[in-house]
Amino acid sequence: MTDLLGHVFMQHALAASVLSSVACGVIGTLVVVNRMSTLTGSIAHASFGGLGMAFALGLPPMYGALAVSLLSALGIGALTRGARGDSPDSAMAAFWATGMAAGLVFIRLSGSYAPDLMSWLFGSLLTVSRGDLVLAALLDILILVVVGGLFKELVAVSYDAEFSAIRGIRTGLVRGVFLSLAAVAIVMLMKMTGLIMVMALMTIPAAVVRLFTCGMKKMMILSSVIALALNLSGLWLAVLLDLPPGAVIILMAGVVYFGAFAYARRRDSAAGRAAQKSQ
Amino acid sequence: MTPAIEIRDLTAGYAAGQPVIEDISLVVPANGFMALIGPNGGGKTTLVKVILGLLNPWKGTVRVLGASPARASERVGYVPQMVPGYSFPVTALDVALMGRLGITPPFRRYTAQDRSVSLENLALLGVETLAGKPMDSLSGGQRQRVLIARALGTQPELLLLDEPVASVDQETQESFFNLLSELNGKLAIVLVTHDVGAVSSHVKSIACINRRLVSHGSTLPPEAVAEAYGCPFELVAHGVPHRVVGQAAGHEDGSND
Repeated sequence: MTDLLGHVFMQHALAASVLSSVACGVIGTLVVVNRMSTLTGSIAHASFGGLGMAFALGLPPMYGALAVSLLSALGIGALTRGARGDSPDSAMAAFWATGMAAGLVFIRLSGSYAPDLMSWLFGSLLTVSRGDLVLAALLDILILVVVGGLFKELVAVSYDAEFSAIRGIRTGLVRGVFLSLAAVAIVMLMKMTGLIMVMALMTIPAAVVRLFTCGMKKMMILSSVIALALNLSGLWLAVLLDLPPGAVIILMAGVVYFGAFAYARRRDSAAGRAAQKSQ
Repeated sequence: MTPAIEIRDLTAGYAAGQPVIEDISLVVPANGFMALIGPNGGGKTTLVKVILGLLNPWKGTVRVLGASPARASERVGYVPQMVPGYSFPVTALDVALMGRLGITPPFRRYTAQDRSVSLENLALLGVETLAGKPMDSLSGGQRQRVLIARALGTQPELLLLDEPVASVDQETQESFFNLLSELNGKLAIVLVTHDVGAVSSHVKSIACINRRLVSHGSTLPPEAVAEAYGCPFELVAHGVPHRVVGQAAGHEDGSND
């Protein structure tokens, strides 16, 4: 492993792990408390359409993905807004499938198989470039500045949008900002874990942390730490066993998720029994 | 003195041609304590939304604390039903602090004053010791008090509560209403409920609304429903505002359910 650290690709992979963990922890916490985990899967898959379009037009795929990811996040937000809006799950499903379909059609039209596309589907932590890292760092800064600045508004709108509106908060705007940040974070993670698995890395750390803690700030920090631990241990194991890192990281996340829930279930039922006894 | 709420010939709803409330007129004085009752779907929540400025009237005028609902909203405290329906990682103090939103602008943290006001309000409601506790871990009655503390964050002149006792036991209800009576010394209160028996001895007036225009029509005539609810005071039903009995004094118990 220490030999491997001498390689540039490995250093890049480690830096990418750190940078993506920050986005995971901060945005993942907001996604989880808003019960919008499926949203991340929907946006990620929808942006496949953007990737396909970028390939067909010979543009950088990152920009295609980012544009469509932002559009679908805001589109889902607009469609589900208000009492007369569509239900979130059908809006998410529609964007999910339409994006995938558009991507396939674009790839067919571009007349090539586009092997590069596979790295977007399944991630390529070991081929992250310096440019990707710079972009990821900038996105992290953006996320931290905006979430830091609007922290109390984001928490309040997530908790009780109606009350926030009465207190003069522009809830539609706050929600739009949150969705845009989620879209940005998803594209950043997609490059590393792949669009198929981004949902897991985004939501599992926060969902696990939620079982053991209260408080949004604490959740964001601890989720980042867990995401980083998953990224690093998954990467290490993948290199050791010569397996795809994205998949190994997600498998580890899955194990942690099920393990944490099993533990919390036992803890809660033990607490329940203790409470019954003491009565 | 400017009335807390002044509504004249109000009609409002969500879908065009289907008013949920129609031709409603009522006044809540500055020191008023009014219960707003009526069956489910009768328009209680819709009326609350209009008063809060979340829904615009189709017809008629609404003045809240002498201003338009949107302008008055800073001086109105709102206590919703239990929010949200699932566990959310905030403490009681976090929730109380939300009452200070709009006072401290975006891109600024809650100030020391925000904190002291929120803690004072939690203390006023007797739940200051729970400030650091997760909302999830509180009982229904305790959570209710935290939500009222949040509503008091802007030092409102009108407090609006939507079905506040839906999920608390009888004993808690009683101390809860005593608490509201105390608060009523300083501000006007409107309480939405469908349990008229529980509130009738505490409030100064009761308004019953039942105006629904559902596409399938209703089996009971609204007058009969209103009567079933027993509204001895300001009865506003089925588009015809009519006062059955005047304000307060010598009211009979309205609970015949």
